This record gives sequence, C-alpha cells and structure tokens, in this order.
Amino acid sequence: MRAWLLALALTAAQAPAQAQPVPDTLAQREVPNTLAQRALACTGCHGKEGRAAPDGYYPRLAGKPAGYLYNQLLNFRDGRRDYGLMSELIAPLSDAYLQELAGHFASLDLPYPPPQKPTLPAAELARAERLVRHGDTARRLPACTACHGERLTGTQPAVPGLLGLSRDYLNGQLGAWRSGQRRAQAPDCMAQIAKALTETEINAVTQLLAGQALPADPHPATALPAPPPVRCGGMKP
Amino acid sequence: MRRLLIGLVLLATVCAVAGAALLAWQRNLSDATPESTAPVSLERGAYLAAVGNCAGCHTARGGERLAGGRAIPTPFGTVFSPNLTPDASGLAGWTADDFWRALHLGQSRDGRLLVPAHPITNTTLVTREDADALHGWLQAQPPVAAPRRTHELRWPYDNQLAIAAWRALYFKPGIYQPDPARDAAWNRGAYLSQGLAHCSACHAGRDALGGDRGASDFRGGLLVGLGWLAPSLHDPAEAGVQRWPDAMLQQWLRDGHAQGHTAQGPMAEVVLGSTAALNSADLAAVSTYLRALPENAVARPEGARPDPRRRERGAGLYREHCAACHGERGEGRRDASGANAYPALAGSRIVTQASAANLIRVIERGGFAPATPGHPQPYGMPPFAGMLGADDLAALASHLRESFGHRAGEIDTVEVLRLRAAAAAH
Repeated sequence: MRAWLLALALTAAQAPAQAQPVPDTLAQREVPNTLAQRALACTGCHGKEGRAAPDGYYPRLAGKPAGYLYNQLLNFRDGRRDYGLMSELIAPLSDAYLQELAGHFASLDLPYPPPQKPTLPAAELARAERLVRHGDTARRLPACTACHGERLTGTQPAVPGLLGLSRDYLNGQLGAWRSGQRRAQAPDCMAQIAKALTETEINAVTQLLAGQALPADPHPATALPAPPPVRCGGMKP
Repeated sequence: MRRLLIGLVLLATVCAVAGAALLAWQRNLSDATPESTAPVSLERGAYLAAVGNCAGCHTARGGERLAGGRAIPTPFGTVFSPNLTPDASGLAGWTADDFWRALHLGQSRDGRLLVPAHPITNTTLVTREDADALHGWLQAQPPVAAPRRTHELRWPYDNQLAIAAWRALYFKPGIYQPDPARDAAWNRGAYLSQGLAHCSACHAGRDALGGDRGASDFRGGLLVGLGWLAPSLHDPAEAGVQRWPDAMLQQWLRDGHAQGHTAQGPMAEVVLGSTAALNSADLAAVSTYLRALPENAVARPEGARPDPRRRERGAGLYREHCAACHGERGEGRRDASGANAYPALAGSRIVTQASAANLIRVIERGGFAPATPGHPQPYGMPPFAGMLGADDLAALASHLRESFGHRAGEIDTVEVLRLRAAAAAH
C-alpha cells in the first residue's frame, strides 16, 4: 500500500513537469557545421570523441592513422569485415566523405586510457616481448614492430598502433582474423600472421600490448623504418 | 480401391499434362519486335543502366561491378543475381535478340524462365531501342569471370513450373503504351517509373504469392528480409508526394534530401544508384508522374491500447537520447549554414506512417542520408539497438506517435517484436 501511494505521488509529481514549456534558446540552438558534429553518429558506439567504448568491443578511433581508418570503413562497406550495424550505417556514404570522417578521427589528439595490468608470469611475457620485437624467422613471423613501428604506435599512413587498446579488443581482432571474420585487402598479411600464432602466443602478446603504457610521443611513426617484411594489401591507403 | 487408384492416376496425369502445357505456353511466348535500326549509343546504354540501377542487384557487396552474385532475400528464399558482364559465366555471346527476350519475356538464352525477383513486370515495358542500347553497353563492359550461384529457393518455388504458374497469374508481356489523355512529360515519367526504374519492385503491395497489381501499383508493403517498409506512394500521409512542390521532389530524387525529408535505407541506395543519375528532363518527367499518382489512403490498423505510463517512459527516453538533435519539441535542428541538419520529428511521416516498421528500424539502426553531390556531407544518427530494448522502443515510438500534435496511435512491445519477426528473412 505504501509503495502504491509512493508510486502515485511520483506519477503526480512528474506529470506537470512534462507540460512545462521548453526555453526558446534551446529550441533555436544551431548545431555547428563541423565534421565533429557529423561524427556524433559514430561516437554513439565508439565513445565520446572516438576514445572507445568502456566495454572493449567498440575500438578507439581517435588518433589512428587516417589511411587505416579509411581502409576499415571500406572493408566494412565492401564486406571484408562483417558487422551489420556498421556496414549499414556507412553504406550510403561516398568515398570522399568516408575519407573526411577518417581524417577527422585521425586528427584527434587525446589522452589514452591507463594500461591493463598483465596477469601472466614474467617468463611468458618475456617470450611475447621477443615475438613482438623480433618475430620468429623459422615460422616466417615478422616482428610486430617491423610494421607497427618501434614504439608500436602505428605508422603513417595506414598501419594502426597496437597500444591503448583493450585486451578483449586485441584478442577479438586476432581471433576474427584466424576465423576469416575480419579480412583486409589482399594480400591479407595479418590473416597469415594471426593463423601462424598459437592461442597461447596470442594471449601473451595481447596481455603484453594491453599492459604497456603509451610512450611520451603516442603519435604514429611517419614512415616504416625499412621495407615491410611481408606484402600487405592494407598498407596503401 | 481400384477405382480410387485409377482416379488418382488420372488426376496425376491431368496435372502433369496441364503443368507441361503451362510451362510450354510460358516458355514459347513469341515476340516479333525487330532489332532497332537506330545506331547503338553506349552513352545512352550507360544512362539507362544507371536509371535502371542494374548494378544495384547485379553487383555483390564489394564485388566487381555487374558481375552478379548479390544475395537477394525474398519471402520464398534467397536468389543470387547473375553476371551481366560479357564473360562466359555471364552474357558472352548474347545477341540483342537474346537480351530482348530476357527483358521483354523474362526468359534466359537457354529457354529457362527467369525468377520473378528479376522485375519482369517492369522490364517488359522497356522499348526495343532502349533494350538494344542496354545490350550494347553491357557487351562493351570488361568481362569478369564470376560463376553463377544457384538460387536457394524453398520448394515448390524452386522449379520452372512454379515460375510458369506465377507468370500465368501476374505477367503479361508488352512494352509501355502511352496514355493519350496525358502529356509527354507524364508519359515519359510513367515509362521510366513503371519500366526500367522499377519503382513497383519495392513499392507494390504484394500478395502472398509475391504478385502485384501491375507496374503502376505503389500501395507499398514490408520488404521481407530487408527489414524496411516500402511506404505507399498513393497516400500523402505515407510517402505520397502529391502535395510536394515539383522542385522539392526533384531535389529529393536527385540529392536524397529536401527540406528535412531524407531517403533512408533501401531508398538511399536507389537515390545513389538510380534517381541521382536522371537527366533534368527525365527528373522532371518522373516528378510529374509521381505527383500525379492517384490518391488512396492506406488502412490504419488500430493502435495499441493507450498507456500513459508507456508514453511517459517514452518521453523520458526522448529527452535523454533524442532531444539534443531533434529538439525538445521535435522541431529538428539546423546548422550554422542554415541547412537542415537533423530532421524535425513533428510532422514527420516516418513517425506517423500507419506501420511503425521504419520508425523502429531507424531508432534501432540509425542512418545517414545518402551522400550525393548536392548533399555531400549528411549528418547522421547513431544506432540505438544496444541501448534500447523492445519495451523502450515501444515506449519511445508511442511517445513520438502521440506527441507534437500527432495522433498516429501507440505501439506496444508485442508490435515491436512482431515487426522485427516480419522483417527478418524467412
């Protein structure tokens, strides 16, 4: 009975609030004619200013190389990556507009989230570190740093950084590459690499990467240090 | 017992003979229209292919243009579009007569009847001259090897007899016959809209067998598998444009956007693939025709039982998620250049249409207007699917349909679930 009365009282209290007129200043406000305003359609999922959603599923967009972001938009649109909401949303947009949106997120220079503390023993992390820095020539696995940069912050114009991303996201992407759910323009070098890695290695590498803080200069390197060790269709924007 | 057996055998024989006769009739439709004598213009063929948006269905997502392979969901299963490029796996070696039979009679070169997902009731209206121009242009495209995928249709829709029966019911070959009571612009608009542009492929009201009432039937209906409703073009309260100014409709067809009205979903694809390409005379003709379509109000189902608490919840959701862009009173927002950035929801037809299918769809999955040369940087709406459940969607839709002066009726959760199920592929 008390709950009933409370509910009634609450309903009664809310009813007049709805009838209040809206202040005209708000009603007449104009939105800024900017790409940031247009990108609000993206940040609903990708987090404020494209800093990533807290769930680790929708990745950060801010500060990634424009060529990489643009390639991903094309991959979603053309079916090499598969996520219905994303593909449908961008389906009616032109290449030029997708490039502008990619450029907008690439230009954002925003702080990164703190690293996630790894839980693996130091020996396994050291093995992961060797893989990341040197690869494994016997298994024709290139070092991550060969393309993603010495600082692992990516390389202009089209190779993304590997730091500041959640473990779940990194595992999800490598898993999707192994299963063929995520693809890039041919030749799809990351698919070959993800398939050559063992699950244990993937887990260790993503623990290591997600556990590493961004360096003092978090921006992508301007160019590859040497010609890429593998052929990658997605390297060209 | 013996008499029953004889009876059954007789019945089976009669059915088989009737079926064979039906199939033979449909496969042997003849047409004596001679190849046109006009020189084939590639430019004209390219233009007609754009107006008809051939590439829309005949290109797989991310695939080579016109090489086919796109999966097209229908209530009867999935069909895969064939390769139209002049490769051995496509139309290599097809003569103008072969192509004419396909467009005009809905028959492939090997005699097979085309599945009616190919809009034969529309393409049969195309003139021989236009068909020849299309043929010439297609044959001049680069060949792409792309073996065709077999349709995945459910029994009994997967056989030629079923197609023959469908055709006997709904298909009558014949090129467009001008209406002498109408002027040239109207007739040109009718020829394009009913013919190559195949508006009725989506906007027709289809019966249970997927049949329509002819190429000038635009009563609208749910596009099964696509999750959108093609609204009626005969009802100004749905998507009828009878009361739109001519210039506004032309702008909308060309740019996908006019005065806060945007083309959404499959229609955005149509604007990009077809109507944006119309030359100014044809654009004016199509506008003339569509604005003159007869008016017919669609039946409005009774809404859900009014529920003030549901609407109140919807009002709360609106303030939280929608008002920042669409305005506290659904008045929409302009940007600093004066352009319509976020459409007004007060008076919006997508909000008040008889069916809430498209409203729910837009809230769940967001969207952009098509990016066209006249409207290159549309503002967009994020998907709310992860944020709002079926109860929330019902509440928000009910609020919108009963606010801002609307009296469109409320939506309950069951209706949201029903629309989702109806829109999903079978």
